[in-house]
Amino acid sequence: MKSLRGRLFLILVAATSLIWLAATCWIYVGTTREIESVLDARLQEAARMVLSLASGNGVGVAQREGDPGQAPEVLNYERQLSCQIWSLDGRLVARSSGAPNESLSDKRAGFSERHINGETWRVYTTEDTAKGVRVLVGDRLGLREHLVGEIIKGLLAPLLLTIPLLGLLIWASLNQGLRPLQVLAQELRRRNADDMSPVETGRIPAEIRPVIASLNNLFMKVRNAMQHEREITAFAAHELRTPLAGLRTQAQIATMAPDGDTRKAALRQIIVAVDRTTRMVRQLLAMAKLDSSHEVNQSSVNIGDVIEEVVGALPAADRTAEVRTDPALKSAVVMANKELLLVAVRNLHENATRHMQQPGTIQWSMEKGSDSLVVFVDDEGPGIPDDEIALVTNRFFRGRNKSPLGSGLGLSIVEFALRANGARLVLQNRRNTRGLRAQIVWDIAQPDESPRSPKSSYEFGFKRSATAAVAAQNTTGAATNAEIV
Amino acid sequence: MRILVIEDDPVLSDGLKVGLGLCGATLDIVSNCADGHAALAADEFDALVLDLMLPDGSGLDLLAGLRSRGDRTPVLLLTALDEVADRIRGLDAGADDYLGKPFDLEELAARVRAISRRNEGRATPQASYNGVTLNPARLTVTVNGTCIDLSRREFAVLAALMDRPGTVLSKSDLEAKLYGWQEEVESNTVEVHVHKLRAKIGRAKIETLRGIGYRMRPIA
Repeated sequence: MKSLRGRLFLILVAATSLIWLAATCWIYVGTTREIESVLDARLQEAARMVLSLASGNGVGVAQREGDPGQAPEVLNYERQLSCQIWSLDGRLVARSSGAPNESLSDKRAGFSERHINGETWRVYTTEDTAKGVRVLVGDRLGLREHLVGEIIKGLLAPLLLTIPLLGLLIWASLNQGLRPLQVLAQELRRRNADDMSPVETGRIPAEIRPVIASLNNLFMKVRNAMQHEREITAFAAHELRTPLAGLRTQAQIATMAPDGDTRKAALRQIIVAVDRTTRMVRQLLAMAKLDSSHEVNQSSVNIGDVIEEVVGALPAADRTAEVRTDPALKSAVVMANKELLLVAVRNLHENATRHMQQPGTIQWSMEKGSDSLVVFVDDEGPGIPDDEIALVTNRFFRGRNKSPLGSGLGLSIVEFALRANGARLVLQNRRNTRGLRAQIVWDIAQPDESPRSPKSSYEFGFKRSATAAVAAQNTTGAATNAEIV
Repeated sequence: MRILVIEDDPVLSDGLKVGLGLCGATLDIVSNCADGHAALAADEFDALVLDLMLPDGSGLDLLAGLRSRGDRTPVLLLTALDEVADRIRGLDAGADDYLGKPFDLEELAARVRAISRRNEGRATPQASYNGVTLNPARLTVTVNGTCIDLSRREFAVLAALMDRPGTVLSKSDLEAKLYGWQEEVESNTVEVHVHKLRAKIGRAKIETLRGIGYRMRPIA
């Protein structure tokens, strides 16, 4: 049933009809019983009356003899009733008009029923032994049924006539009752596609309030997602303008350069700018993909294998640093989404590589404690100024120690990918030497702790909103060595 | 013309340095507000090209600080934030012009020339004095109608002297106009340039005030 109104209408009409039917049955049974007792009493009454009359009129057994077919009709009673007067020795003394010649009953006294000529008769018999007559008074059962039928018909006819009226009333009441739903539907229909404001709950009946609440909840989620998307788009557009401006300027220099060296220098800068822009676009796409994939399929992942895969796939230009990997990492297996973990490890490793100005060592190691598993990556780059550490995971944040290729998105992506895997990113400058230590921390859930839900990672937001961006930059300023490409 | 650029994108600031340099300006580049403040306190510039979103703060704050100190340096805001509201906010904060990224290099150069000549109190694009006419847009000089070929440095010296003809510029003033921080300055470079310049435009056009500096000789 598609329509709630139609459904309610049918239910109401069916229920009403059922009640009427039950009431009719009840009345039928009651009326039948009542009519039976009333008519039986009438039969009795009539029989006694006839008996007394027969005696009083001197209608005697002795006086009347002969053919039962010509028995005189003494009583022209109502046609409903038939009366026979029999002598005790079995002669038909008299009968009412319309009464059959055949005896109405074999019983000598009391009520009985008999089929005569296809009709059922209800008969009361009484006799006067002193006068030698037996009086039988009967009526046709068919008549009684007809009577009951008439009564029921009289009862049902107005009801049947009111059924359309009732239907109309039910329909109108339903319309009235379902009005809040219509109002809601109208309001929703009137909305613009991007109107995500909550539906007013003021005059809404309690029954549909849960629906409205869910709806508003959904609106809120969609609104947040849309805003999130818009912010990313706005930022992407904004952040791409500067490299584009650089590209354009360098291209113009190349066209108007008076000498070959200037032109070559400009072209080299163009290549750098194109690389950086490419990288930024790639990171933006990665980020958009991360944002849209809320479902995270987890499986057992060997961290050592992931690191090996990332290091092996690095382009030659990024292989200047020596990479050392703790063999213990090969034994570290976590439940994680491999794709996301790869993204995180790749970004961290590229970060380390890009910020090492001189040849050095990138060290991957791990530490397993009772309540956590920590994977470290140490580089020998410039580290992150302390005031910038809290900001470097903000999207598009580029600090003082930035790499020329950085987009300001890498650490933000790492943080997101790790959160989706139930891990945290901790950044700190190395204490006794120069460089940054990035840590991937898995807290091993205690039995009473609920496991980290990957869903919670969606909360990870876009920390700098368009307007807050400037403010964020104002207050601290920063960027990071950890900026990933 | 000496211009300070505060811009944190390395490719773009390199482009500005080279590109505006080709248009005859001397550029100094810094990449954050702190260095910008330091540069503005240490030197005088003919124009400031300022990015709004800098790693350690907003260019608008820097601009507000600049204006509150009474600094009249012409400022052109160069930023990716180029919605109308941003432009209005920037101009009302004390900027003289506003250009959204990406931009045309020559337009930027023209706008910088425009705000700096206004700052000199001049409306005409050419500066003319005592028969010498200097066209900053084309980097050309004519003396009494004859076109003169000058080197970039010679042009810069002449442009500095022509900005406010009659005022005396010391040797160090001229050095500041000619050279950015990274450039090595030989002790007698300015004298050499002035000497060559005089040879080209006529000795009498530039006057030496011994121990004080140089100026365009007043019209007799």
